[in-house]
Amino acid sequence: MANDPISQFKIINLVPIEVGGLDLSFTNSALFMVATTAVVATFLMLSTGGRGLVPGRWQSLAEMSYEFVANTLRSSAGNEGMRFFPLVFSLFMFVLIANLIGMFPYFFTVTSHLIVTFALAMLVIGTVMIYGFAKHGLKFLKLFTPDGVPPALFFLVTPIEIISFLSRPVSLSVRLFANMLAGHITLKVFAGFVTSLIAAEGLGIFGPMVSILPLAMTVALTGLEFLVAFLQAYVFTVLTCMYLNDALHPSH
Amino acid sequence: MATTSADTTSGTQVPADAHSPGTFPPFDGTTYASQILWLAITFGLLYWIMSKVALPRISGILEDRRDRIAGDIAEANRLNEESNAAIAAYEQALAEARANAHKIAQETRDKLKSDVEARRAATEGELAAKLAEAEARIGDVKRAALENVGEIATGTTSELVEALIGKAPTKTELTKAVETAMK
Repeated sequence: MANDPISQFKIINLVPIEVGGLDLSFTNSALFMVATTAVVATFLMLSTGGRGLVPGRWQSLAEMSYEFVANTLRSSAGNEGMRFFPLVFSLFMFVLIANLIGMFPYFFTVTSHLIVTFALAMLVIGTVMIYGFAKHGLKFLKLFTPDGVPPALFFLVTPIEIISFLSRPVSLSVRLFANMLAGHITLKVFAGFVTSLIAAEGLGIFGPMVSILPLAMTVALTGLEFLVAFLQAYVFTVLTCMYLNDALHPSH
Repeated sequence: MATTSADTTSGTQVPADAHSPGTFPPFDGTTYASQILWLAITFGLLYWIMSKVALPRISGILEDRRDRIAGDIAEANRLNEESNAAIAAYEQALAEARANAHKIAQETRDKLKSDVEARRAATEGELAAKLAEAEARIGDVKRAALENVGEIATGTTSELVEALIGKAPTKTELTKAVETAMK
Protein backbone atom coordinates (compact mmCIF):
# COMPACT_ATOMS: atom_id res chain seq x y z
CA MET A 1 0.00 0.00 0.00
CA ALA A 2 2.85 2.36 0.81
CA ASN A 3 4.15 2.47 -2.71
CA ASP A 4 0.73 2.48 -4.30
CA PRO A 5 0.99 5.42 -6.71
CA ILE A 6 -2.78 5.79 -6.90
CA SER A 7 -3.63 6.39 -3.25
CA GLN A 8 -2.39 9.99 -3.46
CA PHE A 9 -5.43 10.83 -5.58
CA LYS A 10 -7.94 9.50 -3.06
CA ILE A 11 -10.76 11.82 -2.06
CA ILE A 12 -11.26 11.91 1.68
CA ASN A 13 -14.29 13.36 3.41
CA LEU A 14 -13.26 15.94 5.97
CA VAL A 15 -16.69 17.39 6.77
CA PRO A 16 -19.46 15.13 5.57
CA ILE A 17 -22.32 17.07 4.01
CA GLU A 18 -25.25 15.39 2.34
CA VAL A 19 -28.06 17.22 0.61
CA GLY A 20 -30.97 15.22 -0.77
CA GLY A 21 -28.90 12.07 -1.06
CA LEU A 22 -26.17 13.96 -2.90
CA ASP A 23 -22.74 13.76 -1.32
CA LEU A 24 -21.46 17.35 -1.12
CA SER A 25 -18.88 16.72 1.57
CA PHE A 26 -16.04 19.11 2.23
CA THR A 27 -13.18 16.87 1.10
CA ASN A 28 -9.42 17.13 0.91
CA SER A 29 -9.94 18.23 -2.69
CA ALA A 30 -12.23 21.05 -1.53
CA LEU A 31 -9.71 21.98 1.14
CA PHE A 32 -6.99 22.42 -1.46
CA MET A 33 -9.33 24.36 -3.74
CA VAL A 34 -9.90 26.73 -0.84
CA ALA A 35 -6.14 26.82 -0.25
CA THR A 36 -5.53 27.62 -3.93
CA THR A 37 -8.03 30.47 -3.91
CA ALA A 38 -6.65 31.71 -0.60
CA VAL A 39 -3.05 31.65 -1.86
CA VAL A 40 -3.88 33.46 -5.10
CA ALA A 41 -6.06 36.07 -3.42
CA THR A 42 -3.68 36.63 -0.52
CA PHE A 43 -0.70 36.91 -2.83
CA LEU A 44 -2.36 39.45 -5.09
CA MET A 45 -3.99 41.46 -2.32
CA LEU A 46 -0.94 41.70 -0.08
CA SER A 47 1.56 42.30 -2.87
CA THR A 48 -0.43 45.16 -4.38
CA GLY A 49 -1.58 46.63 -1.05
CA GLY A 50 1.20 49.21 -1.09
CA ARG A 51 0.32 50.38 -4.61
CA GLY A 52 3.98 51.24 -4.95
CA LEU A 53 4.95 53.38 -7.87
CA VAL A 54 8.22 51.51 -7.84
CA PRO A 55 7.20 47.90 -7.28
CA GLY A 56 8.82 45.71 -4.69
CA ARG A 57 9.59 42.06 -5.29
CA TRP A 58 6.11 40.75 -4.59
CA GLN A 59 4.32 43.55 -6.38
CA SER A 60 6.62 43.02 -9.33
CA LEU A 61 5.60 39.35 -9.38
CA ALA A 62 1.91 40.28 -9.27
CA GLU A 63 2.38 42.80 -12.09
CA MET A 64 4.36 40.28 -14.11
CA SER A 65 1.61 37.67 -13.85
CA TYR A 66 -0.96 40.32 -14.76
CA GLU A 67 0.95 41.45 -17.84
CA PHE A 68 1.88 37.90 -18.80
CA VAL A 69 -1.77 36.82 -18.95
CA ALA A 70 -2.85 40.15 -20.47
CA ASN A 71 -0.28 39.81 -23.27
CA THR A 72 -1.26 36.21 -23.90
CA LEU A 73 -4.92 37.14 -24.14
CA ARG A 74 -4.28 40.25 -26.24
CA SER A 75 -2.04 38.45 -28.72
CA SER A 76 -4.59 35.71 -29.46
CA ALA A 77 -7.93 37.46 -28.98
CA GLY A 78 -7.06 41.11 -29.57
CA ASN A 79 -8.09 44.05 -27.42
CA GLU A 80 -11.72 42.95 -27.45
CA GLY A 81 -10.62 39.81 -25.69
CA MET A 82 -9.71 41.89 -22.64
CA ARG A 83 -13.36 41.72 -21.55
CA PHE A 84 -12.62 38.11 -20.60
CA PHE A 85 -9.45 39.05 -18.76
CA PRO A 86 -10.74 38.37 -15.23
CA LEU A 87 -11.89 34.91 -16.31
CA VAL A 88 -8.66 34.04 -18.10
CA PHE A 89 -6.53 35.43 -15.30
CA SER A 90 -8.50 33.53 -12.65
CA LEU A 91 -8.18 30.33 -14.68
CA PHE A 92 -4.44 30.74 -15.14
CA MET A 93 -3.77 31.54 -11.49
CA PHE A 94 -6.10 28.83 -10.22
CA VAL A 95 -4.59 26.11 -12.39
CA LEU A 96 -1.02 27.28 -11.83
CA ILE A 97 -1.30 27.52 -8.06
CA ALA A 98 -3.28 24.29 -7.81
CA ASN A 99 -0.55 22.54 -9.83
CA LEU A 100 2.23 24.06 -7.73
CA ILE A 101 0.55 23.31 -4.40
CA GLY A 102 0.26 19.73 -5.63
CA MET A 103 4.06 19.60 -5.83
CA PHE A 104 4.35 19.68 -2.04
CA PRO A 105 4.77 16.20 -0.60
CA TYR A 106 1.52 14.83 0.88
CA PHE A 107 -0.49 17.66 -0.65
CA PHE A 108 -3.47 16.93 -2.83
CA THR A 109 -3.40 18.01 -6.47
CA VAL A 110 -6.78 19.50 -7.34
CA THR A 111 -6.08 19.40 -11.07
CA SER A 112 -5.29 15.69 -11.03
CA HIS A 113 -9.02 14.99 -11.07
CA LEU A 114 -10.71 14.86 -14.45
CA ILE A 115 -13.97 16.27 -13.13
CA VAL A 116 -12.23 19.44 -11.96
CA THR A 117 -10.38 20.08 -15.21
CA PHE A 118 -13.47 19.14 -17.19
CA ALA A 119 -15.58 21.59 -15.20
CA LEU A 120 -13.04 24.34 -15.91
CA ALA A 121 -12.97 23.39 -19.60
CA MET A 122 -16.77 23.43 -19.75
CA LEU A 123 -16.72 26.86 -18.12
CA VAL A 124 -14.51 28.06 -20.98
CA ILE A 125 -16.51 26.39 -23.74
CA GLY A 126 -19.77 27.51 -22.12
CA THR A 127 -18.51 31.09 -22.07
CA VAL A 128 -17.47 30.80 -25.71
CA MET A 129 -20.86 29.43 -26.79
CA ILE A 130 -23.02 31.76 -24.73
CA TYR A 131 -21.03 34.85 -25.70
CA GLY A 132 -20.69 33.70 -29.31
CA PHE A 133 -24.44 33.21 -29.81
CA ALA A 134 -25.32 36.32 -27.77
CA LYS A 135 -23.06 38.53 -29.81
CA HIS A 136 -23.28 37.04 -33.28
CA GLY A 137 -26.53 35.09 -33.17
CA LEU A 138 -26.62 32.41 -35.84
CA LYS A 139 -23.59 33.95 -37.51
CA PHE A 140 -21.63 32.27 -34.76
CA LEU A 141 -22.17 29.05 -36.76
CA LYS A 142 -19.84 30.51 -39.40
CA LEU A 143 -17.22 29.00 -37.12
CA PHE A 144 -17.94 25.74 -38.92
CA THR A 145 -17.63 27.15 -42.44
CA PRO A 146 -14.15 28.63 -42.67
CA ASP A 147 -13.55 31.43 -45.15
CA GLY A 148 -11.73 30.59 -48.33
CA VAL A 149 -13.04 27.04 -48.50
CA PRO A 150 -14.96 26.21 -51.69
CA PRO A 151 -18.64 25.54 -50.84
CA ALA A 152 -18.33 22.12 -52.41
CA LEU A 153 -15.97 21.10 -49.63
CA PHE A 154 -18.31 22.21 -46.84
CA PHE A 155 -19.81 18.74 -46.52
CA LEU A 156 -16.31 17.56 -45.64
CA VAL A 157 -14.94 20.55 -43.72
CA THR A 158 -17.98 21.33 -41.59
CA PRO A 159 -18.20 17.92 -39.88
CA ILE A 160 -14.48 18.13 -39.17
CA GLU A 161 -14.91 21.59 -37.66
CA ILE A 162 -17.85 20.40 -35.57
CA ILE A 163 -15.94 17.39 -34.30
CA SER A 164 -12.95 19.59 -33.50
CA PHE A 165 -15.20 22.03 -31.66
CA LEU A 166 -16.83 19.27 -29.64
CA SER A 167 -13.51 17.69 -28.79
CA ARG A 168 -12.17 20.95 -27.37
CA PRO A 169 -13.50 20.56 -23.82
CA VAL A 170 -12.31 16.96 -23.81
CA SER A 171 -8.82 17.74 -25.04
CA LEU A 172 -8.54 20.83 -22.83
CA SER A 173 -9.49 18.95 -19.69
CA VAL A 174 -7.80 15.62 -20.42
CA ARG A 175 -4.50 17.32 -21.30
CA LEU A 176 -4.25 19.03 -17.92
CA PHE A 177 -5.64 16.13 -15.93
CA ALA A 178 -3.46 13.51 -17.64
CA ASN A 179 -0.30 15.57 -17.31
CA MET A 180 -0.79 16.12 -13.60
CA LEU A 181 -1.90 12.55 -12.96
CA ALA A 182 0.91 10.96 -14.94
CA GLY A 183 3.54 13.25 -13.46
CA HIS A 184 2.51 12.48 -9.90
CA ILE A 185 2.27 8.75 -10.57
CA THR A 186 5.72 8.72 -12.16
CA LEU A 187 7.19 10.63 -9.23
CA LYS A 188 5.56 8.25 -6.78
CA VAL A 189 6.75 5.17 -8.69
CA PHE A 190 10.37 6.30 -8.79
CA ALA A 191 10.27 7.42 -5.18
CA GLY A 192 8.79 4.00 -4.38
CA PHE A 193 11.76 2.30 -6.08
CA VAL A 194 14.08 4.07 -3.66
CA THR A 195 12.36 2.71 -0.58
CA SER A 196 11.87 -0.73 -2.15
CA LEU A 197 15.54 -1.02 -3.04
CA ILE A 198 16.67 0.06 0.41
CA ALA A 199 14.28 -2.30 2.10
CA ALA A 200 14.85 -5.18 -0.30
CA GLU A 201 16.31 -8.20 1.39
CA GLY A 202 18.83 -10.30 -0.45
CA LEU A 203 20.46 -7.37 -2.22
CA GLY A 204 22.59 -6.61 0.82
CA ILE A 205 24.66 -3.48 0.44
CA PHE A 206 23.75 -3.18 -3.23
CA GLY A 207 20.16 -2.20 -2.53
CA PRO A 208 20.90 1.18 -0.91
CA MET A 209 23.72 1.81 -3.42
CA VAL A 210 21.56 1.21 -6.47
CA SER A 211 18.72 3.19 -4.88
CA ILE A 212 20.66 6.35 -5.69
CA LEU A 213 19.65 5.96 -9.33
CA PRO A 214 15.88 6.22 -8.82
CA LEU A 215 16.52 8.92 -6.22
CA ALA A 216 18.36 10.99 -8.82
CA MET A 217 15.53 10.28 -11.21
CA THR A 218 13.03 11.51 -8.63
CA VAL A 219 14.95 14.74 -8.18
CA ALA A 220 15.12 15.29 -11.93
CA LEU A 221 11.43 14.47 -12.33
CA THR A 222 10.54 16.91 -9.56
CA GLY A 223 12.21 19.66 -11.57
CA LEU A 224 10.41 18.52 -14.68
CA GLU A 225 7.10 18.45 -12.83
CA PHE A 226 7.53 22.07 -11.79
CA LEU A 227 8.02 22.91 -15.45
CA VAL A 228 4.96 20.85 -16.38
CA ALA A 229 2.93 22.54 -13.64
CA PHE A 230 3.64 25.93 -15.16
CA LEU A 231 3.49 24.79 -18.76
CA GLN A 232 0.10 23.11 -18.42
CA ALA A 233 -1.36 26.18 -16.74
CA TYR A 234 0.01 28.24 -19.62
CA VAL A 235 -1.27 25.83 -22.29
CA PHE A 236 -4.70 25.82 -20.66
CA THR A 237 -4.66 29.63 -20.71
CA VAL A 238 -3.46 29.94 -24.30
CA LEU A 239 -6.09 27.51 -25.57
CA THR A 240 -8.74 29.35 -23.56
CA CYS A 241 -7.67 32.58 -25.25
CA MET A 242 -7.85 30.97 -28.69
CA TYR A 243 -11.34 29.59 -28.04
CA LEU A 244 -12.46 32.99 -26.75
CA ASN A 245 -11.11 34.47 -29.97
CA ASP A 246 -13.54 32.21 -31.83
CA ALA A 247 -16.38 33.65 -29.79
CA LEU A 248 -15.27 37.17 -30.68
CA HIS A 249 -14.45 36.54 -34.34
CA PRO A 250 -16.30 33.43 -35.55
CA SER A 251 -15.29 33.72 -39.21
CA HIS A 252 -11.65 32.82 -39.19
CA MET B 1 9.62 0.59 6.82
CA ALA B 2 9.88 4.13 8.06
CA THR B 3 8.60 5.67 4.85
CA THR B 4 5.62 3.37 4.86
CA SER B 5 4.31 4.60 8.15
CA ALA B 6 4.87 8.18 7.05
CA ASP B 7 2.86 7.53 3.92
CA THR B 8 -0.03 5.86 5.60
CA THR B 9 -0.37 8.51 8.26
CA SER B 10 -0.35 11.37 5.78
CA GLY B 11 -3.67 13.06 5.27
CA THR B 12 -4.00 12.54 1.55
CA GLN B 13 -3.23 8.90 1.48
CA VAL B 14 -5.27 7.38 4.24
CA PRO B 15 -7.71 5.13 2.44
CA ALA B 16 -9.98 4.86 5.47
CA ASP B 17 -12.64 7.30 4.37
CA ALA B 18 -12.38 6.79 0.64
CA HIS B 19 -15.61 6.98 -1.27
CA SER B 20 -15.58 3.83 -3.32
CA PRO B 21 -12.55 1.79 -2.46
CA GLY B 22 -11.22 -0.09 -5.38
CA THR B 23 -12.10 2.36 -8.16
CA PHE B 24 -9.50 4.66 -9.64
CA PRO B 25 -10.13 7.90 -7.66
CA PRO B 26 -10.37 10.33 -10.61
CA PHE B 27 -13.06 8.11 -12.16
CA ASP B 28 -15.03 7.68 -8.94
CA GLY B 29 -18.32 9.32 -9.84
CA THR B 30 -19.53 9.55 -6.26
CA THR B 31 -17.06 12.37 -5.61
CA TYR B 32 -18.03 14.45 -8.65
CA ALA B 33 -20.92 16.38 -7.13
CA SER B 34 -18.86 17.52 -4.16
CA GLN B 35 -15.88 18.47 -6.31
CA ILE B 36 -18.02 20.45 -8.76
CA LEU B 37 -19.79 22.25 -5.91
CA TRP B 38 -16.59 23.22 -4.12
CA LEU B 39 -14.88 24.14 -7.36
CA ALA B 40 -17.81 26.41 -8.19
CA ILE B 41 -17.66 28.01 -4.76
CA THR B 42 -13.89 28.50 -4.64
CA PHE B 43 -13.42 29.44 -8.29
CA GLY B 44 -16.44 31.74 -8.15
CA LEU B 45 -14.97 33.44 -5.11
CA LEU B 46 -11.59 33.70 -6.81
CA TYR B 47 -13.19 35.17 -9.94
CA TRP B 48 -15.12 37.67 -7.84
CA ILE B 49 -12.01 38.77 -5.92
CA MET B 50 -9.97 39.00 -9.12
CA SER B 51 -12.50 40.96 -11.16
CA LYS B 52 -13.68 43.26 -8.37
CA VAL B 53 -10.55 43.98 -6.38
CA ALA B 54 -7.22 42.52 -7.44
CA LEU B 55 -7.19 43.16 -11.19
CA PRO B 56 -8.59 46.72 -11.07
CA ARG B 57 -6.01 47.47 -8.42
CA ILE B 58 -3.10 46.11 -10.49
CA SER B 59 -4.29 47.80 -13.66
CA GLY B 60 -4.65 51.01 -11.63
CA ILE B 61 -1.09 50.69 -10.42
CA LEU B 62 0.17 50.05 -13.96
CA GLU B 63 -1.81 52.97 -15.36
CA ASP B 64 -0.62 55.29 -12.58
CA ARG B 65 2.92 54.32 -13.40
CA ARG B 66 2.40 54.81 -17.14
CA ASP B 67 0.84 58.23 -16.52
CA ARG B 68 3.56 59.19 -14.10
CA ILE B 69 6.29 58.16 -16.53
CA ALA B 70 4.59 59.97 -19.42
CA GLY B 71 4.18 63.05 -17.21
CA ASP B 72 7.79 62.92 -16.11
CA ILE B 73 8.98 62.61 -19.70
CA ALA B 74 6.81 65.58 -20.70
CA GLU B 75 8.18 67.59 -17.76
CA ALA B 76 11.73 66.64 -18.73
CA ASN B 77 11.06 67.71 -22.32
CA ARG B 78 9.63 71.02 -21.11
CA LEU B 79 12.66 71.68 -18.91
CA ASN B 80 14.94 70.74 -21.76
CA GLU B 81 13.21 73.19 -24.05
CA GLU B 82 13.41 75.84 -21.37
CA SER B 83 17.13 75.34 -20.96
CA ASN B 84 17.58 75.43 -24.72
CA ALA B 85 15.70 78.72 -24.84
CA ALA B 86 17.85 80.05 -22.00
CA ILE B 87 21.00 79.03 -23.87
CA ALA B 88 19.74 80.76 -27.02
CA ALA B 89 18.87 83.92 -25.04
CA TYR B 90 22.27 83.88 -23.39
CA GLU B 91 24.02 83.52 -26.72
CA GLN B 92 21.95 86.30 -28.20
CA ALA B 93 22.76 88.56 -25.25
CA LEU B 94 26.41 87.69 -25.62
CA ALA B 95 26.34 88.54 -29.33
CA GLU B 96 24.54 91.82 -28.58
CA ALA B 97 27.05 92.73 -25.92
CA ARG B 98 29.86 91.95 -28.26
CA ALA B 99 28.29 94.11 -30.98
CA ASN B 100 27.76 96.92 -28.44
CA ALA B 101 31.35 96.75 -27.34
CA HIS B 102 32.45 96.96 -30.95
CA LYS B 103 30.19 99.94 -31.50
CA ILE B 104 31.41 101.74 -28.41
CA ALA B 105 35.03 101.11 -29.34
CA GLN B 106 34.37 102.34 -32.85
CA GLU B 107 32.56 105.43 -31.60
CA THR B 108 35.36 106.23 -29.19
CA ARG B 109 37.89 105.79 -31.91
CA ASP B 110 35.90 108.03 -34.26
CA LYS B 111 35.40 110.66 -31.57
CA LEU B 112 39.06 110.73 -30.69
CA LYS B 113 39.94 110.97 -34.35
CA SER B 114 37.56 113.85 -34.96
CA ASP B 115 38.79 115.60 -31.79
CA VAL B 116 42.33 115.31 -32.94
CA GLU B 117 41.33 116.54 -36.38
CA ALA B 118 39.47 119.51 -34.94
CA ARG B 119 42.32 120.44 -32.66
CA ARG B 120 44.80 120.13 -35.45
CA ALA B 121 42.61 122.27 -37.70
CA ALA B 122 42.29 124.88 -34.92
CA THR B 123 46.01 124.90 -34.33
CA GLU B 124 46.69 125.12 -38.02
CA GLY B 125 44.21 128.02 -38.28
CA GLU B 126 45.92 129.81 -35.39
CA LEU B 127 49.26 129.25 -36.93
CA ALA B 128 48.01 130.50 -40.29
CA ALA B 129 46.57 133.59 -38.60
CA LYS B 130 49.80 134.24 -36.77
CA LEU B 131 51.70 133.74 -39.99
CA ALA B 132 49.46 136.15 -41.83
CA GLU B 133 49.83 138.64 -39.01
CA ALA B 134 53.59 138.26 -39.07
CA GLU B 135 53.64 138.63 -42.83
CA ALA B 136 51.52 141.78 -42.57
CA ARG B 137 53.90 143.18 -39.99
CA ILE B 138 56.87 142.34 -42.19
CA GLY B 139 55.08 144.13 -45.07
CA ASP B 140 54.51 147.19 -42.84
CA VAL B 141 58.08 147.23 -41.68
CA LYS B 142 59.24 146.86 -45.26
CA ARG B 143 56.99 149.62 -46.42
CA ALA B 144 58.10 151.90 -43.57
CA ALA B 145 61.66 151.07 -44.34
CA LEU B 146 61.16 151.82 -47.99
CA GLU B 147 59.57 155.15 -47.10
CA ASN B 148 62.57 155.99 -44.94
CA VAL B 149 64.80 154.92 -47.83
CA GLY B 150 63.08 157.62 -49.99
CA GLU B 151 63.65 160.29 -47.34
CA ILE B 152 67.25 159.28 -46.80
CA ALA B 153 67.82 159.12 -50.54
CA THR B 154 66.26 162.55 -50.96
CA GLY B 155 68.42 163.97 -48.15
CA THR B 156 71.56 162.31 -49.38
CA THR B 157 70.85 163.31 -52.98
CA SER B 158 70.22 166.94 -51.94
CA GLU B 159 73.49 167.07 -50.01
CA LEU B 160 75.40 165.33 -52.84
CA VAL B 161 73.96 167.69 -55.45
CA GLU B 162 74.72 170.70 -53.20
CA ALA B 163 78.26 169.55 -52.74
CA LEU B 164 78.71 168.96 -56.47
CA ILE B 165 77.14 172.06 -57.89
CA GLY B 166 76.98 174.25 -54.82
CA LYS B 167 73.35 174.76 -55.13
CA ALA B 168 70.60 172.76 -53.43
CA PRO B 169 67.97 171.38 -55.81
CA THR B 170 64.35 172.03 -55.19
CA LYS B 171 62.26 169.64 -53.21
CA THR B 172 60.07 168.78 -56.22
CA GLU B 173 63.04 167.93 -58.40
CA LEU B 174 64.55 165.77 -55.72
CA THR B 175 61.42 163.76 -55.08
CA LYS B 176 60.90 163.22 -58.77
CA ALA B 177 64.43 162.07 -59.30
CA VAL B 178 64.42 159.69 -56.30
CA GLU B 179 61.09 158.16 -57.32
CA THR B 180 62.41 157.61 -60.87
CA ALA B 181 65.54 155.97 -59.52
CA MET B 182 63.66 153.73 -57.10
CA LYS B 183 61.26 152.38 -59.68
